[in-house]
Amino acid sequence: MASEQQLPSIKSSKVLMVGAGGIGCELLKTLALSGFQDIHIIDMDTIEVSNLNRQFLFRKSHVGQSKAKVARDAVLRFRPQINITPYHANVKDPDFDVDFFKQFNVVLNGLDNLDARRHVNRLCLAADVPLVESGTTGFLGQVTVHIKGKTECYECQPKPTPKSYPVCTITSTPSKFVHCIVWAKELLFAKLFGDKNQDNDLNVRSNDAASSSENAEDVFEQREGEDPEQYGRRIYDHVFGYNIEVALSNEETWKNRNRPRPIYSKDVFPNGLVQSNGNADKVTVTEDPSSVSAMTSLGLKNPQDIWSLSENSKILLEALKLFLGKREKDIGNLIFDKDDQLAVEFVTAAANIRASSFGIPLHSLFEAKGIAGNIVHAVATTNAIIAGLIVIEAIKVLQSNLNNCRMTYCLEHPSRKMLLMPVEPFEPNKSCYVCSETPLSLEVNTNSSKLRDFVEKIVKSKLGMCLPLIMHGSALLYEVGDDLDKAMVANYTANLDKVLAELPSPVTSGTVLTVEDLQQEFTCSINIKHRDEFDDEKEPDGMVLSGWTQAPSKEKDDNVAVSNGVSTSSASQSTAVEAEDDDDIEIIPTGVAFVSAGAKRKLSEICNSNSHSSVGEGYCGEKNTAVMDEEDVVVMLTESNSDVSKKKRLQ
Amino acid sequence: MDGEELTEQETALYDRQIRVWGVDAQRRLSKSHILVTGISGTIVEFCKNIVLAGVGSVTLMDDRMVTEESMWANFLITPDENMWNNKSVAEICCDGLREFNPMVHVSVEKGNLSSFDGEFYDKFSAVVVGRCSLATKKKINEICRKRPNRIAFYSVDCRDSCGEIFVDLQNYSYAQKKLEETVECRLQYSSFEEAIAVPWKSLPRRASKLYFAMRVIEKYEQDEGRTPGETSIADLPNVLKLKKLLCEEQSVNESQIPDGLLERLLAGNIEHPPVCAIIGGILGQEVIKMISGKGDPIKNFFFYDVMDGKGIIEDVSTPEQS
Repeated sequence: MASEQQLPSIKSSKVLMVGAGGIGCELLKTLALSGFQDIHIIDMDTIEVSNLNRQFLFRKSHVGQSKAKVARDAVLRFRPQINITPYHANVKDPDFDVDFFKQFNVVLNGLDNLDARRHVNRLCLAADVPLVESGTTGFLGQVTVHIKGKTECYECQPKPTPKSYPVCTITSTPSKFVHCIVWAKELLFAKLFGDKNQDNDLNVRSNDAASSSENAEDVFEQREGEDPEQYGRRIYDHVFGYNIEVALSNEETWKNRNRPRPIYSKDVFPNGLVQSNGNADKVTVTEDPSSVSAMTSLGLKNPQDIWSLSENSKILLEALKLFLGKREKDIGNLIFDKDDQLAVEFVTAAANIRASSFGIPLHSLFEAKGIAGNIVHAVATTNAIIAGLIVIEAIKVLQSNLNNCRMTYCLEHPSRKMLLMPVEPFEPNKSCYVCSETPLSLEVNTNSSKLRDFVEKIVKSKLGMCLPLIMHGSALLYEVGDDLDKAMVANYTANLDKVLAELPSPVTSGTVLTVEDLQQEFTCSINIKHRDEFDDEKEPDGMVLSGWTQAPSKEKDDNVAVSNGVSTSSASQSTAVEAEDDDDIEIIPTGVAFVSAGAKRKLSEICNSNSHSSVGEGYCGEKNTAVMDEEDVVVMLTESNSDVSKKKRLQ
Repeated sequence: MDGEELTEQETALYDRQIRVWGVDAQRRLSKSHILVTGISGTIVEFCKNIVLAGVGSVTLMDDRMVTEESMWANFLITPDENMWNNKSVAEICCDGLREFNPMVHVSVEKGNLSSFDGEFYDKFSAVVVGRCSLATKKKINEICRKRPNRIAFYSVDCRDSCGEIFVDLQNYSYAQKKLEETVECRLQYSSFEEAIAVPWKSLPRRASKLYFAMRVIEKYEQDEGRTPGETSIADLPNVLKLKKLLCEEQSVNESQIPDGLLERLLAGNIEHPPVCAIIGGILGQEVIKMISGKGDPIKNFFFYDVMDGKGIIEDVSTPEQS
């Protein structure tokens, strides 16, 4: 329990937790023990086996159930007298509007994605409720406090977006294993098992594509009378053999690159059919379709092993056969899911065969799954520590002890003898488009881009809006909502397909658009500038939003230098790593300005993470104290667990 | 490690953490045995963490009967008194911990650890002692040191919103990753008795004030014959007298140990759950590092205080071991 003077403010408080995963389980437990009496918790997820090693409120028997509800029941066992209200829902649901947020004294985030974090940030700003935000990856973690007008908001610092790769690297010239994974997951897997209407660049863009009379679509359809074995081998020969030959015919591409090797199934299986290896038919009938596994039917057990080309080829054909035989219903609407064993097997095998072809080292299923699923490293201890720190900050907020609020970083290697490092919160960034309402500007070809492109690529994707409303002066161009009448919906739908300059109220260079999200109660202005040409590879959206610094995207599989632009403002540059879909969190500052409680200093220099300044340096804090004052150290973290580097700055 | 493979079940359960510390570390964890005595909220947090991580076994020792007080920072005890049924704290916690991970063997050993002979200790890789007396800490640490195979010793205590961890790994070597290469790193630890005998004057000026404050209270409880934690704000005048005496003896300025800090430690006898989570988390990580041989272990004290928010490592070792 908390101390005497803290208890009244804790007991009378009403708190909202967003997320009941890795951090959430720990947080709910610590809140309950600390004396909190009224806790609301939102989580849309259900429990998975891989959660159980750290989400300690869940048991194997709970797999498939709502995290929020099971967490509530588990905590009530040791604190039955408190109120916990669970919502098995998406925090972005319109029910959770500004009025909903206003009922809470503080909001505590234990989320796993950038999108939801931004959404909650805006609702907290609109409702004027303090937000305690958190994230962990491996042994690293952080807790930050965001109070409207007093500290920076969650979006004051740019956050890196997930790495995307140029299309031609994926389709024609992979050089890293991750390129093969992206190809296997987003092209081959999507083509065979996903929505057939989706655009798909699986077939190599060939100079003489037009000369091929064959309808490319038909290649991936199972033909009449074709058994799964024949179908699989035909697909295999097409994507790993024929497509590579087509690519090779484009000599220009291979002038400065190693030429790939086409692989045909007859080369891998010179002795004919592979069916003798597959025992698919022996799989018991009672088996749950979701647990079907090509590894199991081929007798491969260890996911840490790196399979040979022949093993990968068997797995690929077996997995395809199992999809056709056991999971026929799923075909046509599958989306890759890291918890879908058969999907992971298929993608691993396909990526490895492609890697063989391009002379890229092969990887185990375990590693491939991590890359394909963007799996975040997670351990129980860091989550427990971070949850403890969240409660400590929440109590300060509830006691209006705002001057003592701190951002705290949990480090893997000590920095200046510290494993837990408190830093004074930064002031709001005056050019933040979210909390300071600074206008943005957009370069776009107003004669060719449609309103739909603007809505999808900018308003939803970049600005993170859910229910947008777009205005040009007093003219409404677009709006989303349940209460619109049919005529308006038809009108807006028609607008979506018009190019910007041809809208009823034309959008041209110099136009100022007002974009508003009714749920987030968030508005921003966008100044439009017309531009004719865009670089396909560098500016794939065909439009460029500026006015807020988009952080560089980061590549997971290597130590790409992220040069942190140096800010001369009071805030330092910090960047986050974002994982697509896991239940733990991963915001790690790339640069942490060390600011002491006494004198707040401007950060004027952050080293380049590529320099990897000696990791060992961090261990002997005393050496530094001898020559420097506390304020002169800049600590840098990168998302890679082992890299904590640090740079001294002598003034 | 003999090329033994993890089972399919283990691979599925430990997937996320294997991505952090690797398969070898996971195997070593599953072969480690941890002994825990003096169960507090902090110790329960620690036990939860290592049970989830998948150590081989956890043995709990604490014969105290469950009371309302034992519930305060302990999520393993339900408020239903019928469930307590004359059970000891160790027995109740054992039931709860087992549920967290069926692959870990959790058991209870009755008795007082400091009275067990050395051979009993031999099956453990680490002994973790919750709040206990100065004499007990010294004694258990000594027994660990005398055994033929290394037994790591950890002691932990949380008072008010402060926490302390002590670590003795004796002679410990591990692989330290430096840039691309891995170097062998050796550390020499002092025993608890040796560490606290280090003259205060020889410690850095910035050394954590909590270190000194905890020594004063520890000494006070010993001199007065109190059970650990059996102090209150009423003891403050006498504790301040002892502080003055010790500071004079050690030739350090009295300001090294703020009165306010001693007052907080005496008044706040109840564990603060967020601090239990933080200290129990750090301690869990340390034990995992030690067993797996991965990562730099704390040498040899760790302090956390909510007031300044810092989690600090202090090396308090005899000169030949620092």
